[in-house]
Amino acid sequence: MAAVAAEDAELDVDGLRREAETLRSRLEEERRKSNDVQLRDVASKLEQVPPLQMKVRRVLKGHQGKVLDMDWSIDKRRLVSSSQDGKVIVWDAFANKQERVLSMPTTWIMSCAFAPSGDIIACGGLDNKCTVFPIDKDLENPERKKRTIAMHTSYMSCCRFVKSGYQILTCSGDCTCALWDVDSSQLMQSFHGHISDVLCLDISPVHCRTFLSGSSDKTASLWDIRTGRCVHSFDGHDGDINGVKFFPTGESFVTASDDGTCRLYDLRADREVALYTKDCMIFAATCVDISKSGRLMFAGYNDYTVNVWDVLKCVRVGRIYAHDNKVTCLQRSPDGTAVCSGSWDTTLKLWA
Amino acid sequence: MAGRHRRRSETNGPIKESPNLLLYRKMERIVMHMQEEQDGVPIRTVKSFMTKIPSVFTGSDLVNWIVKKLDVEDQAEAVHLGSLMSAHGYFFPISDHVLMLKDDGTFYRFQTPYFWPSNCWEPENTDYAVYLCKRTMQNKARLELADYEAENLAKLQRMFARKWEFIFMQAEAQANDLSRVDKKRDKVERKILDSQERAFWDVHRPVPGCVNTTEMDIKKSCRVSCGDTPKKRKSTTNGGLDITEEQIEPEELQKQVTALQKKLDKHHIKMSKIAELLMSYSEQFGDYEPFLSPPEPSNPWITDDSSLWEQDKMGENREIPSRRVRKWSLSFDELLTDLAGREQFLKFLEKEFSAENLRFWLACDELYAVPLKDVESAVQEIYSEFLAPGCPSPINVDSKCQAIANKNMEKPNRYTFDACMEHIYNLMKSDSYRRFIRSQQYKDLIQTKKKSGAGSDKQWSLVPAALGGRNLVAKLPSLPNRNMDGEVLGELSSSGNQWSLRNKQPSTSAASSSSDGL
Repeated sequence: MAAVAAEDAELDVDGLRREAETLRSRLEEERRKSNDVQLRDVASKLEQVPPLQMKVRRVLKGHQGKVLDMDWSIDKRRLVSSSQDGKVIVWDAFANKQERVLSMPTTWIMSCAFAPSGDIIACGGLDNKCTVFPIDKDLENPERKKRTIAMHTSYMSCCRFVKSGYQILTCSGDCTCALWDVDSSQLMQSFHGHISDVLCLDISPVHCRTFLSGSSDKTASLWDIRTGRCVHSFDGHDGDINGVKFFPTGESFVTASDDGTCRLYDLRADREVALYTKDCMIFAATCVDISKSGRLMFAGYNDYTVNVWDVLKCVRVGRIYAHDNKVTCLQRSPDGTAVCSGSWDTTLKLWA
Repeated sequence: MAGRHRRRSETNGPIKESPNLLLYRKMERIVMHMQEEQDGVPIRTVKSFMTKIPSVFTGSDLVNWIVKKLDVEDQAEAVHLGSLMSAHGYFFPISDHVLMLKDDGTFYRFQTPYFWPSNCWEPENTDYAVYLCKRTMQNKARLELADYEAENLAKLQRMFARKWEFIFMQAEAQANDLSRVDKKRDKVERKILDSQERAFWDVHRPVPGCVNTTEMDIKKSCRVSCGDTPKKRKSTTNGGLDITEEQIEPEELQKQVTALQKKLDKHHIKMSKIAELLMSYSEQFGDYEPFLSPPEPSNPWITDDSSLWEQDKMGENREIPSRRVRKWSLSFDELLTDLAGREQFLKFLEKEFSAENLRFWLACDELYAVPLKDVESAVQEIYSEFLAPGCPSPINVDSKCQAIANKNMEKPNRYTFDACMEHIYNLMKSDSYRRFIRSQQYKDLIQTKKKSGAGSDKQWSLVPAALGGRNLVAKLPSLPNRNMDGEVLGELSSSGNQWSLRNKQPSTSAASSSSDGL
């Protein structure tokens, strides 16, 4: 009896495997059919991007260790950064002033986030936690008011507030992402599906119902915040995905990967639509952002540079020898007037 | 030679992959190419004075090679790439501890593959101590310690005071070995090996001020040390596109099949269509792209003049820049994400007697931005205001959405009204929005000269005062507060609006797609 059952299971598995195979090839076929043109060919009719005059406008010095992450405040002039030595600094970048220096008990603060309300910041990293600090102007000792709101079973790689200061999304080396209620530290939704460390996330710019995650399983996933389900998963990269960023429409997104390339994926097409690479660019891309109009893509690389790509023509239009060590984080300011990059060389720089 | 250093992979159990392996492999491919006899960099033996310098090449030869063979843009990029490869230890200047490439006649030599970083070297301080100690014993001018090395040696001597004797003995043994081998071996070969060993340590214990390229990103090394295998087991959908050849459970396969089926069922939009959409978006917004068309009056980061931001701070009786008003016509979302846009649109709708649609949408939007504990009461309030039978401001939703909302009210949450919200959004987008953009009101705004009459408090308040000041819906018209700067908050509360502190949290869509009128 048992043998028969086993045989059945065997057949079942084989059948399923075959079915999966056929579906896969049909999918490939569909994709080939829909792939009637290349983005770069269609875009060739566009005018070239005029030569960019991006120069360094501010150099923020103050961290003693590697800068690991930064996040803009929506007031367009302040930002928060975190570093390997356990410090989180709130900057008035425009005035080049440190507003607050917060010390964490652990080192390697891999991520930090500015709440849209402007009075709360979150950070975390190797401590597997996400901690929030109120940073009201008249608050004397924010360290005393800090609260742990999220826990993972491995390092927390990225955190971002959702819409207000009341909800936060985190992702972690434990293969999951999670949504937390800041007030009650309650886990509201967790997101399972990646099979290796989740390294980055980005929330949809048009509504707060979906977000993207990039993982070292070489895929990027689109998640439904409401149901916790993975809506799409995108492959193509040949290395860890270190950065993801939505196109301003929220219908496409770009990724930065250890394989040294950046790619553009489209949610409507359900696949990769453009590849940004050069033979001589062999270093990992660590972070990526897109300009206000979606025409330019800024990407930070482990070769200490920031490169600017024409998203549509798929060519490099600028190369900035930005730092003296690996570039770890990069974000366009909320109104698109500047780009901030942070590096292992302990500085943050503003480019405009 | 091999006995002197241990590879990490040999000592620490199973072979571990360096997180940098992908990069190392790429560099190695290039280095091999460089060393090709035909197409490679010309390697020579240079005669100088009394001696010969074996197997070297000049910096400029290498830079020229990179320019010729790789798709670099200019010399600068070639020098940068070469310097980084040198810093990773694939070739090195023969008479300098600083590993970088100069575009001149400086001599460089290739590192032997044995010392390549891909071999997972993680030499320990004792190894370093033995190495430095050995060099002091060999009495050769070319092996003399540099200042920083001498300092390091002194430090190590203090650190390993107890076992210094042991280190000394090891160094002595190696030095003796060498001198014995030396007699047999070619002097030239010896010279090359010495320089390669030195370069190895220049990579792993770089000159102060130089970047240590062997430092790992802690995220990546965490993963490598945990090992991937246990996590792989948990594999789920993964897009259903690649299967690992390991044993796969039937459920797993079933999941893959469903995922694939789902992907297949989706309508595949043609690439030409997508390219069109992407291009039209960036063209439409090209005027609002600070990197391509300078904002007016100026980019604050470049001119140190923040008037661009000042003019965006929306206040009473302040004109909305026409540039910003024009942006509203680009898409409905642009209008909705701009606070001034919402306000004007609301005014328009009030004249049309359909303001409740926008108020409903804004209230629902705000639901995404309140703390969990307030969600339920907010949902209740929205329901009784807009959807309940006999409510004061009924909205125009079809029976299907109404039914969904009614059902969801059993378990109210943030997403209770999503269906209605979408319905109303589409309704406004396809109908009122179009008329608004064509309206005289909008045209007047573009002319700007007209004084903006945004002032009166009444218009700000999206919800009838009847609902009272305390409850959440009444607080929802935090619209003006959504402004990024808090300034507006001040202005408005001084103008007699009594909003609770909650308003201080500008919540909002401004977070994601802020209402920055460029």
